[in-house]
Amino acid sequence: MAEQQHEKYYVPASSPWPIVGAIGLGLIAFGAGHTVIDASKDADGWGVNVLFAGIAVILIMLFGWFRDQINESMSGLYSKQLGHSYRQGMAWFIFSEIMFFAAFFGALFYARVIAVEWLGGAGNNAMTNAVLWPDFVAHWPLTETPGGTESGAMGWMGLPLYNTIILIISSVTCHFAHVGLEKNNRRQLTGFLAVTIVLGLIFLYLQGAEYVHAYQELGLTLDSGIYGNTFYMLTGFHGMHVTLGTIMLIVMFFRVLKGHFTPESHFAFQATSWYWHFVDVVWVCLFIFVYVL
Amino acid sequence: MSTVVGEMDHHDHHHHAPSGITRWLFTTNHKDIGSLYLWFSFIMFLVGGAMAMVIRAELFQPGLQLVEPHFFNQMTTVHGLIMVFGAVMPAFTGLANWMIPMMIGAPDMALPRMNNWSFWILPFAFAILLASLFMEGGGPAFGWTFYAPLSTTYSSDSTALFVFSVHIMGISSIMGAINVIVTIMNMRAPGMTYMKMPLFVWTWFITAFLLIAVMPVLAGAVTMVLTDKYFGTSFFDAAGGGDPVMFQHIFWFFGHPEVYIMILPSFGIVSAIIPAFSRKQLFGYASMVYATAAIAGLSFLVWAHHMFTTGMPVFAELFFMYCTMLISVPTGVKVFNWVATMWRGSITFEPPMMFALAFVILFTIGGFSGLMLAITPVDFQYHDTYFVVAHFHYVLVSGAIFSIMAAAYYWLPKWTGHMYDMGLAKLHFWASLISVNVLFFPMHFAGLAGMPRRIPDYSIQFADINQIVSIGGFAFGLSQLIFLWLVIKCVRGGEKAPAKPWEGAEGLEWTVPSPAPYHTFDTPPEVK
Amino acid sequence: RSQLNLTQGVTDISQRVYDLHMTIFYICCVIGVVVFGAMFWSMIRHRKSKGRKPATFHENVKVEIAWTVIPFLILIGMAIPATSTLIAMEDTSEAEVTVLVTGSQWKWHYKYFDTDVEYFSLLATPRQQIENKLDKGENYLLEVDRPLVIPTGKKVRFLITSDDVIHSWWVPDFAVKKDANPGMINEAWTKVDEPGIYRGQCAELCGKDHGFMPVVVIAKEPAEYDAWMAEQVAAKQRAEEEEQRLLAMSMDMDEAMELGERVYVGSCAACHQANGEGIPGVFPALKGSDMALNDMQGHIDIVVNGKTGTSMQAFGNQLTMQEIAAVVTYERNAWGNDTGDLVQAADINAFMNE
Ligand code: HEA
Ligand code: HEA
Ligand code: CUA
Ligand SMILES: [Cu+2]
Repeated sequence: MAEQQHEKYYVPASSPWPIVGAIGLGLIAFGAGHTVIDASKDADGWGVNVLFAGIAVILIMLFGWFRDQINESMSGLYSKQLGHSYRQGMAWFIFSEIMFFAAFFGALFYARVIAVEWLGGAGNNAMTNAVLWPDFVAHWPLTETPGGTESGAMGWMGLPLYNTIILIISSVTCHFAHVGLEKNNRRQLTGFLAVTIVLGLIFLYLQGAEYVHAYQELGLTLDSGIYGNTFYMLTGFHGMHVTLGTIMLIVMFFRVLKGHFTPESHFAFQATSWYWHFVDVVWVCLFIFVYVL
Repeated sequence: MSTVVGEMDHHDHHHHAPSGITRWLFTTNHKDIGSLYLWFSFIMFLVGGAMAMVIRAELFQPGLQLVEPHFFNQMTTVHGLIMVFGAVMPAFTGLANWMIPMMIGAPDMALPRMNNWSFWILPFAFAILLASLFMEGGGPAFGWTFYAPLSTTYSSDSTALFVFSVHIMGISSIMGAINVIVTIMNMRAPGMTYMKMPLFVWTWFITAFLLIAVMPVLAGAVTMVLTDKYFGTSFFDAAGGGDPVMFQHIFWFFGHPEVYIMILPSFGIVSAIIPAFSRKQLFGYASMVYATAAIAGLSFLVWAHHMFTTGMPVFAELFFMYCTMLISVPTGVKVFNWVATMWRGSITFEPPMMFALAFVILFTIGGFSGLMLAITPVDFQYHDTYFVVAHFHYVLVSGAIFSIMAAAYYWLPKWTGHMYDMGLAKLHFWASLISVNVLFFPMHFAGLAGMPRRIPDYSIQFADINQIVSIGGFAFGLSQLIFLWLVIKCVRGGEKAPAKPWEGAEGLEWTVPSPAPYHTFDTPPEVK
Repeated sequence: RSQLNLTQGVTDISQRVYDLHMTIFYICCVIGVVVFGAMFWSMIRHRKSKGRKPATFHENVKVEIAWTVIPFLILIGMAIPATSTLIAMEDTSEAEVTVLVTGSQWKWHYKYFDTDVEYFSLLATPRQQIENKLDKGENYLLEVDRPLVIPTGKKVRFLITSDDVIHSWWVPDFAVKKDANPGMINEAWTKVDEPGIYRGQCAELCGKDHGFMPVVVIAKEPAEYDAWMAEQVAAKQRAEEEEQRLLAMSMDMDEAMELGERVYVGSCAACHQANGEGIPGVFPALKGSDMALNDMQGHIDIVVNGKTGTSMQAFGNQLTMQEIAAVVTYERNAWGNDTGDLVQAADINAFMNE
C-alpha cells in the first residue's frame, strides 16, 4: 500500500441519505409486519400503505445516494484505495448473501436427509413412525406428506434445464461485456450487456411460467409440505435476486449509454457483474440439489 | 505498539464538527457514529435492565404478585433480545467505530455513509420491537430463542413485527460488520501490518467475519418462522415433513457464534487494558491472535450443545460435546496470557484495570460453568435451569458488560477530553462487583436444586435463593445509575485529560490529543 | 427440603451423573485456584506501589505449548467417563414397561403401552395458593391430580412426544430430561430402585403456563404396581359402563352448571379465564361470543375436536361425555350468556357418532 493513496482517501461530508434509508427500512418493516397480520385476518388495513411508503422512501434514497455517489466518482474524488473498499465491501456483501441461501439449503438438506427419514422410522426413530405416522414411508421428493397432503414433484428436464442453460450463457455474456469495458470496446460492452439483460428477463419469464405450471398442474404449492416449501423458498429467493440483478444490469446499461465507466474505474459495473455471477452459481447449486438430485 | 512518525497535520478538507441536530442525523464521522451507538446501547441497557427488574420483582417471592405469566414471558423474551441485540452488540460496534480507525491510523471508516445507515436502522428496529409489546395479545413471548412451533402456530400476532424487526437489525449488523472488515483490510496506515494491529482490532476483525457469516442465517430462520406462521409452510411441522428441531439447528448455528460475537471484542479490550496497567507488553501476542481465530472457527461446530435434550443420535451428541469442550483450550490460552502479562509487571488499579481484572476472574467462572454444561450427560440435568441462566449472565454481564465498562473507563478521557470522577468510578466498580455476584452466583444453586428457567412462579424450596438474587439484582441495577451519572458529569466537564492519561498505555489512539479531534489521521501516521 | 447441589437421585444413572458433575466441578475448582492464585499473587506482589519495575518477557514457546497441551489432556480425562455415561443413558433397549408420555399445553398425558390405561395428569395446586390467597402447601406447584406410576427394579422406557409445542419431561431424581417434540418421539429410560414419590417439572418454555405443569412419578414395588394396574383396568371398565348409564340419564340445569363449572375451572379457565373473557389477541372470549350464544353444533365440535393450529385442544378424549355436556352448558349460561341451552351427554354421544 503506497503512501499517497492514503492521502487522498475521500471521506464524504455529511449526507442525508443514510437516515432516509433507515426511515425507509423502518417503514418497510413496520408496514410489512402489519400487512402480513392484516392478510392473515383477511382484513384490509393500513399496513400495505406503510409498506409502499417505505419502498418509495427507499427508492428515493437509492436515487439520491447513487446520484451523489456517481457525481463524486465522475468528478474524480475517488482514490484507488476507495475502489478497493467498495470492491471488498461488495465481496463481503455477496458472502452474506451466500450464507442467507445456506440457511435454506441447510433446511433442504436437513429435511431431506434427516427429518423425512426419521419420520419414516430411520435411526433411533422407529417409534416415531410406528406410533405417530404408521402409514408414512420416507421418500423424496416428498409427494405425500406424513399429514397426507399430496402434490406433484418438479422434474429437471424441460423448463428448469432451459433456465439453467440460459443463466449460464448469461454469465458468459456478462463476462464478455466486462471484457469489452476493460478493452474500452463500447460496442462489445453494450451488445453483450443487452444480451445479458434479455437472458435475465427470459429466465424470469420462464420461472413465472414454471410456477404457474406447478400451481395449476402439479398441485405443488407453498403449503404442500416440506418439498414444496424448500422448492419455493429457494427458487423464490433466487428469483428475487435475479430480479434485483436484472434491474442493476438495466441501470448499468443506461449508465453505459450515458458514457459512464472507464476501463480503469467502473466499480458499479463490476459489482453488478459479480452479483450476476453469484446469482448464477446459486442457480447451479439449486438446479443440482432442488431439481436433479 | 509501534512508534509514530508523521503526526497529524492540517489538511485541505478539514471540516469541523457541524452543529445542531443534523450533525447527528447526517453524520459520516466515525466518532459521532461511535457516540451514537454507545448512547443507544446504554439506553437499551437501561430498558432491558428495567425488564430484568420486573422479572426479579416477580420472582422475589413464590406466588404470582405483580405480573401475569404471559406478560412475564414477554419480559423474559424482550429482556434477552434487547440485551443481546440492543445493548451488547451496538456497544461493541460503537467502540469499533470510535477506536478502530484511530488504532490503525485511518481517517475514518471505509464506508462512512453506510456506517451512518447501519446505526440509524437500530432505533427503528427496536422501536418496532418495543411497540409490539403494546399490541393486542402482547409482544413476543417465546424466549429470545423463539423455538418453533411456540413462535409459529402458537404465537400472538406481534410475531410478524418481531420477524421484520429482526430482519432490519440483521441488515444493520451486517453492514456494520462489512464496514469494520473493509476498514481493517484496507485502511491501515503504512507499516501497520496485520500482526502489528492491536488485539482489539484483531478480535473485531474476526467478530465481523462471524457476524457476516451468521446474521444471514438468523434472517433465514426468522423468515421460515414467518412463512410457517402466515403462509402455510411446514418447515417446523412434522405433518408436512419438517421438524421443529430443525428450527433449533438453524437458530443455534447462528446462536452459538453469536455468543462469541458478544465476547471476542471483550477479549480485545482486556488485552489492551491489562498490559497498560501492568506496564508490561502483552504476553503471547501471536498466540492471542491464533486463539481468537480458533475460537471463532470452533464456534461453527458446537451449536447443538444447546440441544442435547432434543433427542439427537448419540454420535451427534458426542461430536458436539467434544467440540464444545475443545473451546476451553484456546480460551484458556487467553486467560493464561493475561495472567502471564500481569506476572512480574508493575500493576496499578485504575478503574479500567479493576473492571478488566474482574472480567478475567468472573468470565473464567462463567467459562467453567460453560464447560460443565458441555458435558452432555450432566447437561441433561442442567439444561433449562437457572444453572444455565447463571452461566450466561456470568459471561455476558460480568463478562461482556464489564469489559464494555472497562473500555468506557479506559477511553472516556480520549472521547470527552476530561478525566472522570475517580471516586465515583471506584464506587461504581465495587458496588457492581459485589452486587453482580449476589445477583448471579446463587442462581447456580437454584439451578442445581432444580429450578427451571423462564417460570414466573416456583416451588417454595427456592424462595430464599430467589430473594437474595432479587436483592442483588436491584442493587446491581441501581449501581449502574452511578455510571450514568459519572458519564454525564464527564461529558460536561472535569479535569482536562492529557493525550495519554495512562502511563502504560500503548497505541496510536494515545498519540492524538484528548478529546480526539473531529478528524484524526487525515494523513496516515507511519508505523514502524 | 432446601438443597444447594445437584440431587444424587435414586437411580444408578443419576448417581453416575452426580459423580460426573462433582468430578468436573472439582477439576474446575483446582484450575481456578491455580489461575486465580497466580493472578492474586501478581496483584498483591507485583504492584507499582511496592516499587516494582516491570519485567520485559513477553513470549515463551515452551510455556505456551504446556498450557495448551495440559488443558487438552485434562479434557480427555473428562470426556472418557462422560462418554460412557452418555452411551448408557441413551440405551433404551430391553425395557420391561413402556409408557407413552405426551405433553400438551399445560398437562401431561400418560399411556401404558400394551394396555388400555391412559390418563391426564394436571397441576393440583389450587389457584388460590398461586394467587397468594391461601398458604402455600409443602409441594406447591409440584403436585398433580394423577401421578405416573411405575414399578421399581424394572427398566421403564418413556416414549416422549407432544400434541402442540415443545415441552420437556424432567425428573431430576432419575436424571431424565427429554424434550417432547410434536410429531416426533424421543426415548428415555429409567430403573428406579427405591419406592417413593419423585417430582419434576416441564423444562422447556411452552407458553403461558410453562411454570405450572409439574411431573410427579410414584415408584411402587412390582407387586403393588401390578395391583395398581389391575385396579386401573377395572376402573376403566367401570367408567365405560358408567358412561353408558349416564347416556340414558339427563342432568337438570343446576347439576349441569355445577359440574360444568368444575370442569371449566380445571380444563378451560387457564386460557379463557375464569371470567370467560379470555386474553385479547391470544385466547378468545367466551362471554358474549357468537359461538357460545348461537352456534351450538360448532360449540360442541370445537370442544370435542379442538381447533387445529391453535392452542384449543380436542377434549373428546380427555373428558367424559357428561363432563363435555356440562361444560358446554356452563359456557352457554355463565357470565350473562344466559342462552338457557341445556346439553346432555346423549347429545354429545349423538354428535360423536355422526
Ligand atoms: C458471551 C457469551 C458466552 C460465552 C463466551 C460462552 C462460553 C461457553 N459456553 Fe455458553 N451460553 C451463552 C453464552 C456464552 N457462553 C448463552 C447466552 C447461553 C444460553 C442461551 C439460551 O439458551 O438462552 C449459553 C449456553 C451454553 C450451553 C447450553 C446449556 C443448555 O442450555 O443446556 C452450553 C453447553 O455446552 C454452553 C457452553 C459454553 C462453553 C463450553 C463455553 C466456553 O467458551 C467457555 C470457555 C472458557 C473456559 C473454560 C474458562 C477459561 C479457561 C481456562 C482457565 C483453561 C483451563 C480450563 C479447563 C481445561 C477446564 N453454553
Ligand atoms: C448481555 C446480555 C444480558 C444482560 C446484560 C442481562 C442482565 C440482567 N439479566 Fe438477563 N438475560 C439475558 C441476557 C442478559 N441479561 C438473556 C439472553 C436471557 C435469556 C432470555 C430468555 O430466556 O429467552 C436472560 C434472562 C434473564 C433471567 C431469566 C428469566 C427467565 O428465565 O424467566 C433473569 C432472571 O433473573 C435475568 C436477570 C438479569 C438481571 C437482573 C440483569 C442485570 O444485569 C440488569 C441490570 C441493569 C439495570 C437494572 C438497568 C439500569 C437501572 C435502571 C433502569 C434503573 C432502575 C433500577 C431499579 C428500579 C433497581 N435475565
Ligand atoms: Cu410444558 Cu413447559
Ligand atoms: Cu453455545
